[in-house]
Amino acid sequence: MAEIKLTIDGKPCTARPGQTILEAAKASGIYIPALCHYEGLKPSGSCRICTVKVNGRPAAACTQPVAEGLVVETATPELEDMRRALVEMLFVEGNHFCPSCEKSGNCELQALAYRFGMLVPRFPYQWSVREIESVSPRLLMEHNRCIQCRRCVEAIRTPDGRRVFAAQERSGRLRIGVDPELAAGLDEDTARKAMAICPVGAILYKEVGFAVPIGRRKYDRSPIGSDIETK
Amino acid sequence: MSKPVIATASLAGCFGCHMSLLDIDDRILKLIELVEFHKSPIDDIKTFTKPCDIGLIEGGCCNHENVEVLRSFRKHCKTLVAVGECAVMGGLPALRNGIPIKDCLEEAYLRTPTTEGNTVIPNDEELPVILDKVYPCHEIVKVDAFLPGCPPSADLIWEALTALLEGRPLKLTYDLIKYD
Repeated sequence: MAEIKLTIDGKPCTARPGQTILEAAKASGIYIPALCHYEGLKPSGSCRICTVKVNGRPAAACTQPVAEGLVVETATPELEDMRRALVEMLFVEGNHFCPSCEKSGNCELQALAYRFGMLVPRFPYQWSVREIESVSPRLLMEHNRCIQCRRCVEAIRTPDGRRVFAAQERSGRLRIGVDPELAAGLDEDTARKAMAICPVGAILYKEVGFAVPIGRRKYDRSPIGSDIETK
Repeated sequence: MSKPVIATASLAGCFGCHMSLLDIDDRILKLIELVEFHKSPIDDIKTFTKPCDIGLIEGGCCNHENVEVLRSFRKHCKTLVAVGECAVMGGLPALRNGIPIKDCLEEAYLRTPTTEGNTVIPNDEELPVILDKVYPCHEIVKVDAFLPGCPPSADLIWEALTALLEGRPLKLTYDLIKYD
């Protein structure tokens, strides 16, 4: 199949037809920060962290397909500040108490904030009132930390393909709800996958807690995306 | 020339950030050569008697006394630094922010498993009035610098102090910014 040529921040890259800009960048060793996107899942383009400029216009890199001759900008001061602002908004919108979070050190939202050098969000804290829910014998749902990326909605299914998680309500009231009957029937592997696929500490596998010591967690030593950049 | 003057305070915090300041190991000898400590729990000086160059604030604001102390730090310190998660975002005390203050007090003073007999919620003019929420320092006064972490590592505190004393921008390497 014919190769597609495009440039990302001036670097000539090649891509296969059907690839997204995010995938093409990754293959060329360029990390475009992303949050709701998860490799292997249909991208939803909901968080907009991966916004790049394509021929001068903003687009989500995880959903935008490559095309011949595209000029993509990603590591510009304007886009980097916008990404940081989005991360800061997520930090003030929910209740993210990193010191007491089981996912700290392995959390992708926190890892992005680390990568962007966030010291304090520029927005006022909202102190949203949300609950902690025991959704099945194996899983806890910590709504304070949920960023509504919908990875769990897409990825966690019963053997017959039914969704266990679903978005309820709209806009500011949107929350991720759980079907209690289906959640109760989840096998151990799927329940663990639900915790692993959650980018933050919103879905927790019960009775595990702080399993890996500080210093040995995923993002303790190297920034998110550094595995792509060193390839 | 006189040494730069540092003041520190712990508001709604646990003194962990002060512990982390002491955790700079033998650099503490260098620090006392470089600076003079003024109002601080470390030397037990309780009132401001002169202007300070750097104010280090641990903890957020959970009551009126915290607000008063924070405001007086703002007034007396050229550069005010929020040290640690509680000062930066309220921290663990802010876990109560989603719960009405009445419920918090009743839970703490009337309904604990160990309360017996006639119990009351303490209410005396000697006691600082508790705020409806725990507030990050920068939502009360202007804060000039932020050091996140629970606690911020000794290395981050050292880097920030030396940067401020030398008047250079902070060199924040990846390992220094942590929120836990």
